[in-house]
Amino acid sequence: MSAVRKKLVLVGNGMAGVRAIEHLLKLAPEAYEITIFGTEPHPNYNRIMLSSVLAGGADLNDIIINDLEWYRSNGIRLYTGHTVTSIDTVNRKVKTDKGVEAGYDELILATGSNPFMLPLPGADKEGVIAFRDIKDTQIMQETAKTHRKALVIGGGLLGLEAARGLLHLGMEVSVVHINQYIMERQLDEAASVMLQKELEAQGMKFLLKKQSEAILGKKRVKGLLFADGEVAETDLIVMAVGIKPNVELARGSGIDVNRGIIVNDYMETSISGIYAVGECAEHRGIAYGLVAPLYEQGAVLAKRLAGAQTEGYAGSVTSTKLKVSGVDVFSAGQFIEQPGSRSLRYQDEIEGVYKKLVIKEDKLVGAVLFGDTSDGAPLFSIIKNGENIKGKEKELLLGISSDALGSTKGNNRLEAMADDEIICGCNGVSKGAIAEAIQSGGCTSVGDIKACTKASASCGGCKPMVEGLLQLYAGDKAVKVKEGICGCTTLGRDEIVAEIKRMKLMTVKEVMHVLDWNNEEGCTKCRPSLNYYLGMLWPEEYIDEKESRFTNERYHANIQKDGTYSVVPRIYGGITTPADLIKIAEVAVKFDVPMVKFTGGQRLDLLGVKKEDLPKMWEELDMPSGHAYGKTLRTVKTCVGSTFCRFGTQDAIGMGIRLEKAFERLNAPSKVKLAVSGCPRNCAEATIKDFGVVAIDGGWELHIGGNGGVHVRATDLLCVVKTDDEVLEWASAFLQYYRENAVWNERTSTWVERVGLESIKQALENREDRLALKERIEATLALTTDPWKQIVNEPELRKNFTPITEPETV
Amino acid sequence: MTKVLVGNVKDIDIKGSRKLHMAGTEIALFRITSGEVYAVENRCPHKGGALSEGMVCGSKVHCPLHDSRIDLHSGNVLAPDTGHVKTYEVEVDPDSGQIYLTI
Repeated sequence: MSAVRKKLVLVGNGMAGVRAIEHLLKLAPEAYEITIFGTEPHPNYNRIMLSSVLAGGADLNDIIINDLEWYRSNGIRLYTGHTVTSIDTVNRKVKTDKGVEAGYDELILATGSNPFMLPLPGADKEGVIAFRDIKDTQIMQETAKTHRKALVIGGGLLGLEAARGLLHLGMEVSVVHINQYIMERQLDEAASVMLQKELEAQGMKFLLKKQSEAILGKKRVKGLLFADGEVAETDLIVMAVGIKPNVELARGSGIDVNRGIIVNDYMETSISGIYAVGECAEHRGIAYGLVAPLYEQGAVLAKRLAGAQTEGYAGSVTSTKLKVSGVDVFSAGQFIEQPGSRSLRYQDEIEGVYKKLVIKEDKLVGAVLFGDTSDGAPLFSIIKNGENIKGKEKELLLGISSDALGSTKGNNRLEAMADDEIICGCNGVSKGAIAEAIQSGGCTSVGDIKACTKASASCGGCKPMVEGLLQLYAGDKAVKVKEGICGCTTLGRDEIVAEIKRMKLMTVKEVMHVLDWNNEEGCTKCRPSLNYYLGMLWPEEYIDEKESRFTNERYHANIQKDGTYSVVPRIYGGITTPADLIKIAEVAVKFDVPMVKFTGGQRLDLLGVKKEDLPKMWEELDMPSGHAYGKTLRTVKTCVGSTFCRFGTQDAIGMGIRLEKAFERLNAPSKVKLAVSGCPRNCAEATIKDFGVVAIDGGWELHIGGNGGVHVRATDLLCVVKTDDEVLEWASAFLQYYRENAVWNERTSTWVERVGLESIKQALENREDRLALKERIEATLALTTDPWKQIVNEPELRKNFTPITEPETV
Repeated sequence: MTKVLVGNVKDIDIKGSRKLHMAGTEIALFRITSGEVYAVENRCPHKGGALSEGMVCGSKVHCPLHDSRIDLHSGNVLAPDTGHVKTYEVEVDPDSGQIYLTI
């Protein structure tokens, strides 16, 4: 890069500021020379996970978001342990307490917030702390080793998390709260009382309606005196009564400050070139203390700094989840009834489950969940998008429609089936094994059965039968668990895609983090799907994560049962030349390929290749990858058509080649196969393909949703067109519409059946819409490269194909 | 028991793996997100899948053939599958990044 980079300084090395930097680096990696100042001695860590550290679920290392290597490799100058003390807004410079100066062109203030400490007499005694940073966490851990009693002042979210952590450390903990019930900002009284009972059962004590007056003790805290004259003995006091935005630096520098640093919709403060994000900022009168808003703010700021067009930040609707072990609490929106709103409740004191929905003008405006929060995310998304829920209220409250569990159709057949009959063909699970898992293994959901027997864990084709068996053997005990895209989340595909768009989430890690994945680093189901959704939504900005792709797509070859791979060069439309055939044959001989086979799609398959040989073979073949692996365009099968065939009405080969060249390397939710037949005799079997083209006299019939695989299905006729260009236009529009709307791993055949042919026809009906879809698919395709060539040329990718350096003994 | 220098952490991608042949056995080396390196026999007990080709999630690897999950710390195959994979002791020099394997 030759251009002079602008200087960007970030004050505050926390989640909000660094998040904005991460985003900026994706949009404009070369634009700025970046300096970051942080008061704490650590790299960027996830503050909201501190309660997990305290509760013993995570280690300090587990909560580091960006390690020092990240700063280094992105060329960021990082000063930890430095507090910025002044900003010279005229000469555009900042200065730290250790005398370091840095000039800036743009300055981001992300100074976060400070815990609010009650100004009680004695608050400066030893053993009186907040719960805010790693240091506080360490003090609690140390204190627990030598002392027994702890008081937490504040029965809100943070206070309860601190108290739970202290219990875990073996201390006797009482929570002091001024209100008559805990978490009153997030819960209604009924849920709060249930929560209190649950926490009491775990050993927590509560001192409610208590106003603290003074902290007793000589040097170290001994007790807490209340306004009613009572005294509680204690060895440690944790104040968790709230936070206040840290605005001192901004105020001292002449920036407009209210409760927080005042920013507009583009996170700009009152002084040009200075921005603020996160807990220190006040936007439209609100200073947020949660993670989701700061991600949204960071995205807007990053775009602004990168010079990209963006809509302004318009504020966030927030939700709360309590992260203490064994208790699930969720609340969102306006959860207390107000004039004009109605509510529905479900309360089960035996199971300890409570659910309340607040509805206003047929829209869901708030919700409280206790005991089972699996509906939290979907309810939250309904609150945010403001959809009309008339007629669905009870279904939302009870989680399922009343007839979803009741159907007995088809069960007679399952009942009559022999015990040794195989239900799950992929994993060889018999009816008897599933029955056993339900009857004596205690499985009550499809998820349980999957975890216990592996039935329906692979292709999922047998899931309806597994559900039927669950009905049959578990009856009323059967639980219909809301299943997300995999076991790591309760969110479905549409919810995830909507959240990624809304919060401009940019990496797999970030999606998991912000959407509360319950599995570190996800699994082989969610990782590839998130990678796909991100790539589909942000084709230009997103960097594909090869480590989140299945083996075949990481090594661009198809793994076989013995660990060898197969190589299939692209042969457009199934047409090759004698010269290419010779080249393929020579390479096959040279590398001792054990089998050469024609694929089902008219290509040549070189099977049994050692992984080490792959890059060398690709290099010598010097042909593009046929993508005979992965979720992408595979082949376009053709018949001879009018070129030679006496019946052919159109040039099937030419059309096939044109389509294959147009869509090769396209990533899709699942593999995609095309075919072109030159006449209605349909020798290319186009009517069992995802997109089939059949020539008729004077035009082309376009068919969609066919499949010759697991779920055999003949296509539906989409339309008839006259010209070759129209075939391309419709194929582009159809494939892009499928890319944007299908669930990960869903073939067009199942997708067409799920959403209905009519809905697809409608979406593609207007030429304008088709052209917009075509433009989007072309933009995506323009960014693809041939993976074989890339691996051949890049040593960093190529190294993974060979064994690591020959070992030497020490 | 011998201690062998087998390479450097920077030769293994994060969430990636490299394999090596030693004493007639194929071993897969994994580098997980925390930076730790693990070594296991490169063979899934189910149908012999090459674990080095699998997807790494946290401290587990999923076999590329039929998705069995193997815990890299213990070598145990996680439910619903069963079995065990041999693990090897790995030491990483914190300064140089050199990886030593005890065989």
